[in-house]
Amino acid sequence: MTTPPKIRLTNVTKSFGPKRVLNGVTLDVAKGESVVIIGGSGTGKSVMLKSILGILRPDGGQIEIDGENCVGLSGRARDAHDKKFGMLFQGGALFDSLPVWQNVSFKLLKSMRMPKKDAKDIALQKLAAVGLSADVAELYPAELSGGMQKRVALARAIAANPEIIFFDEPTTGLDPIMADVINDLIVKCVRELGATAMTITHDMASARKIADRIAMIYQGQIIWQGPRYEIDLTDNPYVDQFIHGRADGPIKMQVLKA
Amino acid sequence: MPQVFVILGSMVKLTNPLALIGRTFLHFLAMAGQFAIFMGKAVGHVFRPPFYFGQIGQQCLTIGYYSLPVIAMTALFAGMVLALQSYTGFSRFNAESAIANVVALSITRELGPVLAGLMVAGRIGASIAAELGTMRVTEQIDALTTLSTNPMKYLVVPRLLAGTLTMPLLVLVADVIGIMGGYVVSTVSFGFNAANYLHQTWDFLEPIDIISGLVKAAVFGFIVTLMGCYCGYHSKGGAAGVGNATTSAVVLSSIVILIANYILTGMFFSK
Repeated sequence: MTTPPKIRLTNVTKSFGPKRVLNGVTLDVAKGESVVIIGGSGTGKSVMLKSILGILRPDGGQIEIDGENCVGLSGRARDAHDKKFGMLFQGGALFDSLPVWQNVSFKLLKSMRMPKKDAKDIALQKLAAVGLSADVAELYPAELSGGMQKRVALARAIAANPEIIFFDEPTTGLDPIMADVINDLIVKCVRELGATAMTITHDMASARKIADRIAMIYQGQIIWQGPRYEIDLTDNPYVDQFIHGRADGPIKMQVLKA
Repeated sequence: MPQVFVILGSMVKLTNPLALIGRTFLHFLAMAGQFAIFMGKAVGHVFRPPFYFGQIGQQCLTIGYYSLPVIAMTALFAGMVLALQSYTGFSRFNAESAIANVVALSITRELGPVLAGLMVAGRIGASIAAELGTMRVTEQIDALTTLSTNPMKYLVVPRLLAGTLTMPLLVLVADVIGIMGGYVVSTVSFGFNAANYLHQTWDFLEPIDIISGLVKAAVFGFIVTLMGCYCGYHSKGGAAGVGNATTSAVVLSSIVILIANYILTGMFFSK
């Protein structure tokens, strides 16, 4: 018997009112693999991640982590599920009322109830791993630049050594050099932890750097997936249009909101 | 042909006043249901670990302690104006001696808790809604979940507890200061005998006057913090959404306070 994939989505659907955002997403992610999901804005990328995390509840289909269903968990099972994940949010989503080091070690302090001193040591270690010095630790998130906030958020995502890490548009809003620094950090951190990673982005440079495998989502479905190098070889017209950023092609941008 | 009916139907829907009333009513019911579920969840989490004592302490400080100046000023002037009004009114039929009683009763039973509740609704309800609303739209609430922390327990429960526990204390302070306001005006402006005034206040007040006020205060504290949390927690759509959440939190909690005040007064004093 083969081991089940780390993350398995089968026919996942989710609607908001009349708008169907996920329209039967099916995707497997193997353990230790880094999968990048590309797709335009509003194609359901974030909704997909939030469904796996259990922040949103899908209307239909199955989501399995390590072969176990994880839709609609509560209580202890939900806690165990949450413990496996780390997530880097698009805007960082740092807690502005807490200094940087408490942000980084939040999970250790509040959920695992680790003593403050140990948690701070780990926080400093993780901050160093993302290239931030110890004097940043006492600052508040509002005092940091966008790139630094992203790095702190990355440190927070990896602080509790999660098995699975999600990255929601990790390079959006950064200059190309800082974006590349973040990409390198993501690759390094994921490799060091041996974690399974899922990244959603529309930044192709980032996707090419981070991914083992790339999947494209369009209108709530995975329309193409394959190893990183195949993305430039495929004749899929949707993928071709997207990676070359052309306005003309099979993907019609919805200029007006449906 | 069927398309014509669809169009006609939607025109009727738009212009028909009954449809409008129905829609508003259904919307109201949906919101009331969502609110009831939120309240049930929040109260349920109050009694289940983990407890975030640090958060509870911090919220008691912001909600209780930092509200003291506002509450004190409100109570002081409420007491003073009560004495002033009663004096000008009562002197028409030589009933000035009742001023002490009127001030003490009105402050402890009604004005203390209600004015404190309304001031706290403006001060705390708004800030809770704005804070949680911003945390919602910047995904900080989602981030809490991914950090294995239940946002209900970490954000909502401490505020609810702090509001419900500190409001009675605030109102107790307001009672004292309000009565003092009336005392100062009566003795300084109207030349009442200080000892007599205090005696009259003390003899006339019954425990139920104060207790009913404190129970009201706890209920109002619960209402304000719950409304603030509910509106903030469910806000969406960026800055405008947070603004709406803040407005609804203050307006809704003020209205509910006034309604609850009537009901509670009925429960305590109608025979």
